[in-house]
Amino acid sequence: MRIALFITCFNDTMFPDTGKAVVRLLERLGHTVDFPAGQACCGQMHFNTGYRREAKPMVGRFAEAFAGYEAVVTPSGSCAGMVRDYHKVLDPEVDPPPVYELSELLVDVLGVTDVGAYFPHRVTYHPTCHSLRMLRVGDKPLKLLRAVRGIDLVELPAAESCCGFGGTFALKNADTSDAMLADKMRHVQSTGAEVLTAGDNSCLMHIGGGLSRLRTGVGTRHLAEILAAQEGDA
Amino acid sequence: MPDNVTWLGTPAFPEAARTALGNNQLRTNLRKATGTIRDKRLAVTGELADWEQLRDAGAALKLRTLRHLDSHLVRLEEAVTKAGGTVHWAADAAEANRIVTELVRATGQTEVVKVKSMATAEIGLNEALAESGISAYETDLAELIVQLGDDRPSHILVPAIHRNRAEIREIFRGAMGEWGRAAPDDLTDEPRDLAEAARLHLREKFLRAKVAVSGANFAAADTGTVGVVESEGNGRMCLTLPETLITVMGIEKVLPSFADLEVFLQLLPRSSTGERMNPYTSMWTGTTEGDGPSDFHLVLLDNGRTATLGDEVGRQALGCIRCSACLNVCPVYERTGGHAYGSVYPGPIGAVLTPQLVGVADKQAASLPFASTLCGACYDACPVKINIPEVLVHLRARAVDEKRGPVPSPETLVMKAAAMTLSSPRRLGWAQRFGAIGGRLVSRGGRIGRLPGPLKRWSDTRDTPVPARESFRAWWQRTRGEGRS
Amino acid sequence: MTEHANDKAGTSAPVTAGGAPAARATILGRIRTALADVPASEQPDDVEVPRDYARSHAGSDHVALFAERVADYRATVTRARAREARKVIAGSLSARGVKSLVVPDGFPADLLPDENGLAVLTDEPPLSVRTLDAAGGVLTTCAVGIAVTGTIVLDAGPGQGRRALTLLPDYHLCIVRSSQIAEDVPEALERLEPTRPLTFISGPSATSDIELDRVEGVHGPRTLDVVIIEEP
Repeated sequence: MRIALFITCFNDTMFPDTGKAVVRLLERLGHTVDFPAGQACCGQMHFNTGYRREAKPMVGRFAEAFAGYEAVVTPSGSCAGMVRDYHKVLDPEVDPPPVYELSELLVDVLGVTDVGAYFPHRVTYHPTCHSLRMLRVGDKPLKLLRAVRGIDLVELPAAESCCGFGGTFALKNADTSDAMLADKMRHVQSTGAEVLTAGDNSCLMHIGGGLSRLRTGVGTRHLAEILAAQEGDA
Repeated sequence: MPDNVTWLGTPAFPEAARTALGNNQLRTNLRKATGTIRDKRLAVTGELADWEQLRDAGAALKLRTLRHLDSHLVRLEEAVTKAGGTVHWAADAAEANRIVTELVRATGQTEVVKVKSMATAEIGLNEALAESGISAYETDLAELIVQLGDDRPSHILVPAIHRNRAEIREIFRGAMGEWGRAAPDDLTDEPRDLAEAARLHLREKFLRAKVAVSGANFAAADTGTVGVVESEGNGRMCLTLPETLITVMGIEKVLPSFADLEVFLQLLPRSSTGERMNPYTSMWTGTTEGDGPSDFHLVLLDNGRTATLGDEVGRQALGCIRCSACLNVCPVYERTGGHAYGSVYPGPIGAVLTPQLVGVADKQAASLPFASTLCGACYDACPVKINIPEVLVHLRARAVDEKRGPVPSPETLVMKAAAMTLSSPRRLGWAQRFGAIGGRLVSRGGRIGRLPGPLKRWSDTRDTPVPARESFRAWWQRTRGEGRS
Repeated sequence: MTEHANDKAGTSAPVTAGGAPAARATILGRIRTALADVPASEQPDDVEVPRDYARSHAGSDHVALFAERVADYRATVTRARAREARKVIAGSLSARGVKSLVVPDGFPADLLPDENGLAVLTDEPPLSVRTLDAAGGVLTTCAVGIAVTGTIVLDAGPGQGRRALTLLPDYHLCIVRSSQIAEDVPEALERLEPTRPLTFISGPSATSDIELDRVEGVHGPRTLDVVIIEEP
C-alpha cells in the first residue's frame, strides 16, 4: 500500500536515521513510502505548553500536506496522539488524515508482527506514556520485538511509569524531571540491557542523555531501527 | 475570593518541588505509601469485569448533575428542609465561615468536633472559628496528625501521607498533652498503638461534644439524604453523638437521585482506599426523633465552583469524588508530595481544580497545570473519567493567554520564533542547517554537554545528541529527488 | 437550566437562620450564567447514563460469598441454622467475655441468651453515652447485608436501635438472616428506605492513615462478630 511518512520535525532534525529505518522497513515489506515535502510540525510542543494561537496554523498546514492519504505513519506516539486527539480541538474545521504510530500501522493496518528483523542484542522496551495511554498501542511493540531474531528481550521494571520528559516539562520542572529520570535509569540499568528502545525519540533522548552522562554504556535505539535491522548490517 | 484554597506564601510549583525533592525521608515515605495503595486499588478494581462500564456511568451521572446543577440544588434544599434540616447558601469562604461561626455561637458552645472535610479545609474554617474563640478538633487520624504537628495536609485521602510511623509517634508524644489526653509514655511506633493512642485521646472529646462539623461525600436531591464515607468511626461519632450537626458541602456534591449511589458506592472505596467497601458509611436525611443530632444544618458552598462550571472544558473537574486515585498514580506527586502544590487540593486533580477555583491570574496557581508530564496515568485511574490531561493543557492555554500583554515575555518570544520556524518546511530546513553547524561547534564526540541559558537545567544532567549533519528531508531530497509539496 | 428549576427557585426561597437569602439567588444566578451552553429545553434525564454495568458481581452462592467477604475484613463470621442460633449467639458472647450487653428494643426474644451473669441493658429510657461507652458489647439485627462487599447495613429499625448503640460499645455482634443478604450494592440500595438513618458497616473500624497500611480498630467497635442465620 501507499503510505505517507510523517517524520516529525524533531526526528527530521535530530534523528533522521529513524526516518530512514521506517522507509527501509516498509519498503522491505513491499509498500510504497511517500514523503510529502510540505510537512513541518504537528504543533504538539506549542499546544502542550499553552501556545494554542501559535499552534493553530500548523494544524491546517499538516492537513494540507497529508490530504488524500489513506494512511500516514509516524515514528512518534506523542505526535500521532496530538494529531488524533487535539487537531480537531485546535481547529474544528480541519479534517486530519488517519495517522498511525509505527507499531499500529504494522500490526493493525498491515497485519504483520514478524517483519524479518535481526538484532542480536539484549534489549529492554520502555512504553512511552502517549503510546500507552493516548494511543493505547498496548503490547503491539512487544509483539513486534518478540518476533525479532537474535534479540534478548528483557522486561523493564515499572515500565509504565513516566520517564519524566514531558516536553517543556523537563525545562520548566527540571528538578522533578530529574528525579523521575533517575528512577527510570535505575530500572533500565537493573535489566542489564545493552539497548533501551521505545516508540518515541523524545523520551529516548531524555533517558539516553542521562544514561550517556552517567557513562552507563546503555545505548538507545528507536523501535523502527531495531525492526529495520537485518543480518549483515554493521 | 476563595480564602484558603491556596496557601499564602507558597512559591510556584517548580521551586516548591525542588525543596520537597531534597527531603529524602519524604520521598521514601511517599514511594512506600503510593506503591502500597496502587497495588491494592488494582486488585479490587480488577475484581469487577465491568469496571469500565461503572466508570462510564459515574462520568455520565456527574455530567447529568453538573449540566442541571441549579435544578438539583433546589430539589435538594426542598428535600432537606422537608426532613427537618436547614439549608444555607454561601457564595464564598468568608460567608460560609460566618454562617458556621454564628451557628456554633447560637448553641453557646466553644468546642466542635470535626470529621475530615475538604470543603472546610478549603475555606479555612478552623482558623475562622479560632478567631471567634471556638476550638475545632480534627478527629480523623491523619487530620489529627496534621493538626497536632501544626502541619499542612499533603494528600486528599491521607493528609499525613508524608509522615511515617516514627514521625507520628514523636508528634503524638509531643503535642497530645497540650490538646487533651496525653499519649502514653511507652507509646511505640506500631500503627496499632498509634491508633489506640488516638482512640483514647479523642474519646473524651466525642463523649462531651455538643456540636459537630462535617463535610459530605454526596447528597441525594430526590430524598435529601446526605452521606459521609469513612473508615475509623470518627465520622459516626461526630454525626451521631452531638446535638447539632453542621455540614459544609460543595454545591457540586449533589446527586440527582439516591439510586445513583449504586454506582458511586462501588467506584469510591475501590478507587480510594483500595477496599471493596470502606468500613463505615453514614447516611442521614434531615433529623430523626431520638436518634442523632436534633439540629441539622447544610451549608451549600460555591467558593469558585460556579466559575469552574462556566468553563466548558474545565467543568469536568467538578465531577471529582475526592478518591485521590490520581494522586496515588501520579509520577510527579510520588516524587514531590502534596505540599509542593501549595493547596488543599494537591496532585493531578489539584492541578486542574485549584487554578480554576482561584483563577489563573494567581501566579502560583497558574504554575500548577504545568506540573505534569501529561503522562495520562491520572485519567486512567479516575473513577469518573475526568480527562485531567485535557484540562491541564486547556488551563495551560488559559495561563499563557492571561500573561499575554503588549510586551511579550522571553518565553513567548522563543515560542513565537519556534512557531514561525516549525510551521514552514522551508524555514525548518534552514534552521536544521544552522542547528547542525551550531551543534557541531559546541559538541565533543558527537554529544553536547553542558549548555548555558534556558537549556542549562536540561544539560546539567543529560547529554544531547548533535543535530544531524543531514536532516531527513535533505536526505530524502538528495536520494529520492521528487516529492509532493 | 430547566424551566422547572427556575420556577421553584423563584417561589420558594426560604429565609434561613444563618445564610442571607441573597447568597442563594447569587449562586443560582451564577450557575445559570455558567451553564449558558446547556440548551434551555434540556432536562436532567436527557443526559444519558449508560447502565450496562452488572447489577450483581455475586456468583451462585451469595450467602457463602457474604460470609467470606465479611471475614476478609477480619470480622468473625458464623453460619447457623435457626434452631442453633441462640446457642451460637450465647457462645460468641461468652467467648468474648461480654458481661454487660446492650440489646435494642425489638430484638427477637427467642435469640436472646438467658445466661446467668449477663447484664442486659435496654435503651428505655435512653442510655447515656458514658453507659454505652462502658458496656461490654451490643447485640443487634440488621436491615440488609451486601454479599459482594461484605457489608451490613443498619437502618435503626427494630432490633437495631438508634445509631449510638452500635457505635460506643467496643464489641458488636450482628445477626443477619440469609434472606436479608442482597447480592450486590444496587440490590441493597433498592431494599433500603433512604430517609431512615443508615449505617453501612464493612468490618470493624479501621484506618489506613499510617503509611496507607490497614489497621483494624480505631473509634468504632474494634471487634465485629456476625452470625448468619440460614433460612430455608
